[in-house]
Amino acid sequence: MTQQQQSVITDEMRARIGVESEPVPYEVDNTGCRQFARAVGYTDPVFYDEKAAKARGYRGILAPPGFLGHPVVVPGHPSQVPEAFRLNIPYKRVLNGGTDIEYFADVCAGDKLTAATKLSDLVEREGKMGPMLIVSTETTFRNEKGETVAVQRGTAIRY
Amino acid sequence: MTQVHFEDVAEGQEIPKVVLPCDSQRLVWWAAGSGDYYQIHYDKDFAQATGLKDRITHGALKHALLGRMVHEWAGEKGRVKQVACSYRGMDMINKDVTSRGVVTGKRLEDGHGVVELEVWTEDPEGNKTTPGTAVVELPLK
Repeated sequence: MTQQQQSVITDEMRARIGVESEPVPYEVDNTGCRQFARAVGYTDPVFYDEKAAKARGYRGILAPPGFLGHPVVVPGHPSQVPEAFRLNIPYKRVLNGGTDIEYFADVCAGDKLTAATKLSDLVEREGKMGPMLIVSTETTFRNEKGETVAVQRGTAIRY
Repeated sequence: MTQVHFEDVAEGQEIPKVVLPCDSQRLVWWAAGSGDYYQIHYDKDFAQATGLKDRITHGALKHALLGRMVHEWAGEKGRVKQVACSYRGMDMINKDVTSRGVVTGKRLEDGHGVVELEVWTEDPEGNKTTPGTAVVELPLK
């Protein structure tokens, strides 16, 4: 039996590489920062106490590294999942391959950001668990002035 | 909190490790904090139905823990500029995840002290399950 698998990458999928989605709103709020910080075990008041954060020169509670707010989801409305994550492929299982977040400015509670995601790469590989598709995405978070505050690169392993 | 300065840092220097016990309450806190409600992290039946032995710690929690370690090391006047990691090995629920880091380089960039680190998390057996890199800015003296 040949090991050569039929590619699951279609021309339509390839055409989407590099195309940025419509931006979706992300809200960074006090409770969100605190909840995230607590989950990671932070005790630094900069993530919990607005006064402490302002005394350190931040405009509000600092968003802990890794937290870029929550997407605004309205149940019953069309999915806001960017197209980059909605691939028509035969693999049902998914593993998180990696995360890379680069910051260009502080992110603080009160920030209203937008996130625009693009598919950056599709790579097929034969793994221990069978054929897999490595999906790389890049999400650009911008503030209300349109400035890029963070770029998040992610890898999903579909198999 | 003592402040580390750019001038004090040398290549090869280890930074203080951070240990995070990852029990079910931690993973539920994380689900709520991150918005990742995938059941393999807190529903044992669900996790086992996908072929796992038990629930697993979220990859992104390990990424955030690496961020916490460099934030705490960089101090009040430091800034975390980048945290990147790959999820190479699974960490099972009810185990400690230990975050570690070593300085790999430093440079001055537009008057800012930029420090690069190799960072990773380890399971209790010492396996590196989440290798990565980080960049922080440290204040100058």
